[in-house]
Amino acid sequence: MAKAAQDYLVTTKGLTKHYGTLVAVDNLNLKVKKGTIFGLLGPNGAGKTTTILMLLGLTEPTAGQALIDGCDPTREPLKVKARTGYLPDNVGFYQDMTGWENLYYTAELNGLPQDVAKERIAWAVERVGLADAINRKVGEYSRGMRQRLGIADLLVKDPPLIIMDEPTLGIDPEGVRELLALIKTLAREDGRTILLSSHLLHQVQEICDEVGIFVRGKMIACGTVDDLGRQLVQGKRFSLEIEAEPLDEGLLNLCRSQRGVVELQQAGTRLTLLCSEDIRPQLTKEIVAAGYKLLHLTLRGYSLDEIYRRYFTKEEGKNGQAATATSKAAQH
Amino acid sequence: MAKPQLPQVKPPSIDNLLQANKGLTAVIKKEISDHISGKRFLILVALVVIACLASLYIAATAIRDAGTDNFAFLKMFTVAGSKLPFSFTAFVSFLGPLIGLIMGFDAISGERDRGTLSHVLSQPIYRDALINGKFIAGVAVLAMVIFGLGLVTGALGILIFGVPPTLSEFLRIITFLLLSVVYISFWLALSLLFSIVFRQTTTSALAGIALWLFFSLFAMFLVGMIADAIFPVTDNSPASQIIKNARLNQWLGRLCPNYLYDEATVTLMNPSVRALGVVTLEQILGAIEAPLTYGQSLLLIWPHVVGLIAATLICFAIAYYLFMRQEIRA
Ligand SMILES: Nc1ncnc2c1ncn2[C@@H]1O[C@H](COP(=O)(O)OP(=O)(O)OP(=O)(O)O)[C@@H](O)[C@H]1O
Ligand SMILES: [Mg+2]
Repeated sequence: MAKAAQDYLVTTKGLTKHYGTLVAVDNLNLKVKKGTIFGLLGPNGAGKTTTILMLLGLTEPTAGQALIDGCDPTREPLKVKARTGYLPDNVGFYQDMTGWENLYYTAELNGLPQDVAKERIAWAVERVGLADAINRKVGEYSRGMRQRLGIADLLVKDPPLIIMDEPTLGIDPEGVRELLALIKTLAREDGRTILLSSHLLHQVQEICDEVGIFVRGKMIACGTVDDLGRQLVQGKRFSLEIEAEPLDEGLLNLCRSQRGVVELQQAGTRLTLLCSEDIRPQLTKEIVAAGYKLLHLTLRGYSLDEIYRRYFTKEEGKNGQAATATSKAAQH
Repeated sequence: MAKPQLPQVKPPSIDNLLQANKGLTAVIKKEISDHISGKRFLILVALVVIACLASLYIAATAIRDAGTDNFAFLKMFTVAGSKLPFSFTAFVSFLGPLIGLIMGFDAISGERDRGTLSHVLSQPIYRDALINGKFIAGVAVLAMVIFGLGLVTGALGILIFGVPPTLSEFLRIITFLLLSVVYISFWLALSLLFSIVFRQTTTSALAGIALWLFFSLFAMFLVGMIADAIFPVTDNSPASQIIKNARLNQWLGRLCPNYLYDEATVTLMNPSVRALGVVTLEQILGAIEAPLTYGQSLLLIWPHVVGLIAATLICFAIAYYLFMRQEIRA
C-alpha cells in the first residue's frame, strides 16, 4: 500500500469545483506517477486551470481532495508549495525589477541562503539561455524571454514537481521546440515530475508519457497516447495514408492485394487504405521491393489530434454516454 | 494489521516556521525598497514635506514676531499663519490619509493585474505573509517619513527660536508623531482592504479617495445634521438641550477616525485643553487654571489612541479574512 502511494506524486480523489451552478471540475480522479510528464489536455474552459489551482491550494475544492506527495494543499499549504513549482499561463514578474532581481526574490521567498541563491540563479539562467538579458528590466522582455525567465524561476526553486499551465502559449514554433526539449530534460535528466496543461495536442504529444483528456470538467479518457489510440480504433478499421511514386496501376494493385485491406480510396496523390489490421511493416517492405519510392505513410487514428477530435465529437454528439464508456475503458 | 491510531495533530515544525518567517522578511524587504524607489511615493512625500515645512516656517516666524510665549515650540505646529491658512497638524490630518491610501490601494489588486500574485503565493510562504509583509513595510516606511519630518522640524525650531524644546514639549511632539503613524496606518489598512475587495485597481483607488473626502469634508456636517434632528436647538432652547446636542455631536463624531485624530492632536499639542467636549460652568469653576502635564494629556487621549488602533486592526482583520479565502487566478 505505502509503496503504491509513493509511486504517485499527485493523486486526486473526487476533486470537484463548483462556481455557482457551473461545474468547472467534476469528480476528478487523477494519478500522476513520479518522474513522468503528464499532459492535461482539453479545449478552452474545460477546467484545466481550475484543477491546477486546486492542486496548489490557490482555490478551495468544493468537494474531494488533492494530495501532492501525500500532503493536502488546503491543510498543509507550505509543504505542498515547497515541493511544487508553478508556471502560470501568463507568468507575471515585477516589471521594474531586473530578471535577476525577480529570481533573487523567489530565492528569498524560498528561504535560500544568499550564496546558494546566487549560484543557483547563475546556473538556471545559463540553462535557459537568458544570460545576456538577465540584468535588464523584465518590462523590456519579450513574451518568450519572460517564459524562459519563468522556467529559470522554477529551476531556482528546484522542486520535485513542476506544474505548467499552457507553457507553449504565444511562443513561436522554434521557441516551442526548444521549450519542449527543455521540459523533457527536466523530467528525464533531473527526474522531476511534470504536469502540464495544453489545448495544442500535437505540440505536447511527443513529450507526454500520459495524457488526460478533459472536456467540460470531466476527464473522459486517460492513459498513454498509444493506449488511447488503440482504445479508439478497437473494433474499427485502421486507416493508412500512403504517398508513393510513381502512382500507377501496379501500385494500386499491390495495395489491394495486401491481406486485410478492405477498401482503397484515392485523393490526389494520396492513397487511403482501410484495413482490419496494422499492415505497415509488410506494406513498406513490398512497396520498396517493387521499386516504388515511398514518400509518406501514416496510421491515422494514432495521432493525438485524431483521438482528441474523436473524443470530442463523441462527447458532443452522444451527450456523455460515449464518454462514460470510454473512460471506463480507460481505467483498464 | 496495524492498530488503529488516534489521528495525530502535528505541530508545525520549527523548520517550517523559520521558512515562513524568512518569506515574511523577504516580502517586507522588497516592499520597503519598492516604496522608497517608487516615483509615486516620492512625489507624495515631497508634497507633504513642502506643505508641512512651509506651514511650520510661517507659523514660527509669526510666533517669534509676537514675542516668546509658553509652549512656543508646540504652537509652531498648531498655529496657522496669515499667508497660509493651514497649520502643520491640519496638513498632516488632511494629507496623511492620502499617503496611506496611495501606499496601499494597489497592494493586492496591482499584483493580481500583473499576474505576480499567483507566482508569489505559490512559493512556500503562508498566504498572510504577503499582506502582513505589505502592511508592516508600509507602516515602517510611514514611520520613517513621519519621524524624519519631525526631526527636520525640530531642527528648524531650534534654528528659529535658538532654544531647544522642553522635555514635555519634546515628549508631546514624539507622541504626536506616533499618533500620526497610527492614524495613517489606519488608512493604509483600509486601502489594503479595498485592494483585496475590489478586483480593479482604479475602483480600489476611487473607493479610498471617496471615503477620505467623505470623512474630511462631509462627515462632520452629516453628524451635525443628525444631532440637530434628534435634539433640535433654537435660540431659546434650554441649556440641557444644547448640551445634549453637543454631546451627541461629539459622540457621533468620534466614530470618524479623523475626528478622533483631531481631538487627540488638539489635546496633545495644546496643554491648556483640560477636558474634551462640553464643559459646564460648575466644572470650570472649581478647576485650577493650569496647563495639563504630559501624563494627564496622555490619559485624556488614551481612548482615542485605542480607538484608532482598534479601527486599524478591524480593517486589517477583514482584509485578512477575505484574502485567506480568495481564489488566486492569475
Ligand atoms: N471565478 C470564476 N467564477 C465563475 N466561473 C469561473 C471562474 N473561473 C473559471 N470559471 C469557469 O470555470 C470553467 C473552467 O475554467 P478554466 O479556467 O479552468 O478552464 P481552462 O481549461 O483552463 O481553459 P483555458 O484553456 O481557456 O485556459 C470555465 O467555464 C470558466 O468559465
Ligand atoms: Mg486555463
